[in-house]
Amino acid sequence: MYQFLAVLAIAAGVWFLAHNTQQNMQVRGIQSGFDFLRQAAGFDIGETMIAYDPAQSYGRALWVGVLNTLRVAVIGIVLATLLGVLVGVGRFSRNGLVRGLCYGYVELFRNVPILLQLLMWYLFFVEVLPQPQEAWNLGGLFFLSKGGFSFPAPVWVTGHVWMAAGAAAGLVVAWWWRRRVQARFEATGQQGNRWGVPVAAVVLLSIAGWALGGAPRAWSLPEQSAFMVDGGASATPEFMAVLIGLVMYTAAFIAEVVRGGIQSVSHGQTEASSALGLSRRQTMRLVVLPQALRVIIPPLTNQYLNLTKNSSLAVAIGYPDVVSIANTTLNQSGRAVECIAIIMLVYLTTSLSTSALMNWYNKRVAIKER
Amino acid sequence: MADLFQPIPARPAPVATEGLVPWVRRNLFGDWKSAVTTVLLLALALYLLPGLIDWGLFGAVFGAQADACQAARGSGACWGVVTEKWRVIIFGRYPYEEQWRPEIATLVMVAALVASCVRWFWRPWLVAMWVGVLVVFFVLMGGGVLGLTPIRTDLWGGLPLTVMLATLSIFLAFPLSVLVALGRRSNLPAIRTACVIYIELIRGVPLISVLFMASFMFPLFMPQGMTIDVLARVLVGITLFAAAYMAEIVRGGLQAIPKGQLEAAATLGLTYWQTQRKIVLPQALAMVVPSMMNNFISIFKDTSLVTIVSLYELTGALGLALNSDVNWRPFKIEAYLFITAIYFAFCFAMSRYSLWVEKQVSVSRTR
Amino acid sequence: MSDAIVTFEKVNKWYGNNFHVLRDIELTVARGERIVICGPSGSGKSTLIRCINALEEYQEGRIVVDGTELTDDVKAVEAVRRQVGMVFQQFNLFPHLTVIENLTLAPMWVGHLPKAEAEERAMRQLERVRIAEQARKYPLQLSGGQQQRVAIARALCLTPKIMLFDEPTSALDPEMIKEVLDVMIELAGQGMTMLCVTHEMGFAKAVADRVIFMDQGQIVEQNAPHEFFDNPKSDRTKDFLSKILGH
Repeated sequence: MYQFLAVLAIAAGVWFLAHNTQQNMQVRGIQSGFDFLRQAAGFDIGETMIAYDPAQSYGRALWVGVLNTLRVAVIGIVLATLLGVLVGVGRFSRNGLVRGLCYGYVELFRNVPILLQLLMWYLFFVEVLPQPQEAWNLGGLFFLSKGGFSFPAPVWVTGHVWMAAGAAAGLVVAWWWRRRVQARFEATGQQGNRWGVPVAAVVLLSIAGWALGGAPRAWSLPEQSAFMVDGGASATPEFMAVLIGLVMYTAAFIAEVVRGGIQSVSHGQTEASSALGLSRRQTMRLVVLPQALRVIIPPLTNQYLNLTKNSSLAVAIGYPDVVSIANTTLNQSGRAVECIAIIMLVYLTTSLSTSALMNWYNKRVAIKER
Repeated sequence: MADLFQPIPARPAPVATEGLVPWVRRNLFGDWKSAVTTVLLLALALYLLPGLIDWGLFGAVFGAQADACQAARGSGACWGVVTEKWRVIIFGRYPYEEQWRPEIATLVMVAALVASCVRWFWRPWLVAMWVGVLVVFFVLMGGGVLGLTPIRTDLWGGLPLTVMLATLSIFLAFPLSVLVALGRRSNLPAIRTACVIYIELIRGVPLISVLFMASFMFPLFMPQGMTIDVLARVLVGITLFAAAYMAEIVRGGLQAIPKGQLEAAATLGLTYWQTQRKIVLPQALAMVVPSMMNNFISIFKDTSLVTIVSLYELTGALGLALNSDVNWRPFKIEAYLFITAIYFAFCFAMSRYSLWVEKQVSVSRTR
Repeated sequence: MSDAIVTFEKVNKWYGNNFHVLRDIELTVARGERIVICGPSGSGKSTLIRCINALEEYQEGRIVVDGTELTDDVKAVEAVRRQVGMVFQQFNLFPHLTVIENLTLAPMWVGHLPKAEAEERAMRQLERVRIAEQARKYPLQLSGGQQQRVAIARALCLTPKIMLFDEPTSALDPEMIKEVLDVMIELAGQGMTMLCVTHEMGFAKAVADRVIFMDQGQIVEQNAPHEFFDNPKSDRTKDFLSKILGH
């Protein structure tokens, strides 16, 4: 009975909103439909990962936006994890100053809104940094200025594909070697070196591949000219501001997640492990970390999703992510409902697929209880 | 082995392990790696700190003199920008003569928030008090009655707006979140599906898209001829956003209630709503207070996003204050530091309170 | 008389600056001796046995275990720990590993045994505590009594010379205490040197060579069980026994 009423109420509500929307859109002459995606965009985009010009369609512009979002999200996640783990583990350091600094970092960056932090980083890039003519430079190779960050990059030719193939082969050798070491350990009790050979294999085979590919040595080096820094690979100040802001903010939360995970492993586990004669390193690797990781992974994934969602604030800085471009599209074409729907769809897909992946992983590694 | 027993009195440890010197020895110079780190960090501090203190304190300009600030640029902070512009930053575009009204309104609301944290105030009339506080707030800010000049909502801004948006959206989102959480656990598939869709949809998208939806789409949802206030739109957007996250928190609390409670209630003959109201919800809600506090802190920080839809709360008011004023524009950093301090003060205090509550809750559970 | 395997010489320990938890402890444990330590909570009995495998440090005095003195030297401590097995009140099994993986962890990583040999040894210990059929299960799938028996087997896998028990049955439901005590009694019957902190006086009467009563960090009285229970000499002992046996 309740169900029937509820369904009725929801249906009535939806119909009411849809009816109003239709009426309003008729009155204001707003068209609906997704065909506008094929129209020419007519606006330029500051930085793109694929070729784009204003004559191309809105659809392509939005796709550029999606790629930009992914670019800052993926790099951001990697850097934030590195920094967050360092700071999280630093909270347990034997040195009181290190502990204090990590605590201070976490509290400072967690308690200030992310938008404010992004705006401040952007301000740093735009006002504090010097003009490109007087860029800060490190060894004549790295340049930092209002124009962005320039760094030397190899010129990509086929020879590099050989190098990548070599690295891949190195990874295969590494995997095979580690299996061999584990098998030998189980058979004889002797613990081989697990890191030396794999690392050497990846490095040497990459070099071999590079040599086979003709040893390409061309680098694009940034050079200071009269007005700007030319050459090399560069990152715009908008991208740097969004990336650094997101990384510093999210790393503070990741540090707390890591700290919570390590603390969740009861002290008795370490005691039992020590009592069995395992060294501190063995205790960490075999007993504490596996248990801590199970506690850390779910909230860590949550932070990754937060970082991705927070990248939408790039719209306030002028970095052309998907929200920013959708906003421009919305203002130009008037298709508010469609554009907002596209934004939501992009983020929903990311969130739901990541959640599904995380649920699967969780079930697989869950500690089995009765 | 069977001698007469002589008790040995306690004596203090031969080498002190507590106290300042042992602490320093153990925590700063425990082993050579630790000692080297300490020395390096102290060296770094000695290198950076004098410069910072000089910039922030001794070389700084405190008075509201733009030319003195320009002269000191690079070597001294211009706190004059705060002295000169703090009114616009804190109160937004609210007319100057009437700024006593948002001042009192904010103080009243903050006082009510602080009071709600103190145990003494957890009485039935707290809700009534809050309704009163909200009425006072809106009367003071909006005017139009009691001889106060009416002020349009798009002129409201700054700190009062931040505090109001955060508090009101949590206030409104709370009952909604409880209903949605109960709905998600309901046995009726239609209700359950609707709640799941709502929660997963909102949690999967960024707040900015919800605010865009509120800003651009709500006017389309309204029947012909009806307009809806900008502030109200944004408030509804934030409320819907907050309610989805709070619903998950409440659901966590509901899941932690042992089944035995429901069975006991059933044997006593209580209906579904009676069980929820008297037995389940009080326990569940008490358990989730720390998580709710964290959510409140998040929402408080998230109010800064309304800047993007042209409501000038604290972060936006700063842009407003400085972007158009050429004299003071170069000193944005000092102004940013000013509002960073304000946000930090609020959020840090709230997170300390949340930790205290967590401790209280865990103490009351152990025998 | 067999040689001493553990000696405490004027051992003193403090927590912080003022809590004098072990006071002038003098103790000699002979090889193959079975000792039960009892006393009120806070008397330092757990601390005492935890000093034997260096889970606790001491500030004054000297502790020698199987010929090795316990000092700051990490290598010496690790060598001692290979000879001393410990069973905890909270079991402390590794929940992310199966029962047999729990048992083979230390023999493989510390004892450098091949996996096959380690598993064989583990199965033998599991049979000794009568729980071999649970080898592939995870600890949290077992009852408390079963988990504690696995913990005992895990400690035995390193073929220790001394077994320490820190209130092994205090965290168990009453119906499971007997199965664990039976295993301990069997172990005692096979000649293992044991030091056991417990409130189970029945166990003490059945198995112990010596019962030690501790109070406020000191050894108040120690005697053979029948002497100890029938003829307590100190008033404090009498007081404690009346409380613990009187109900």
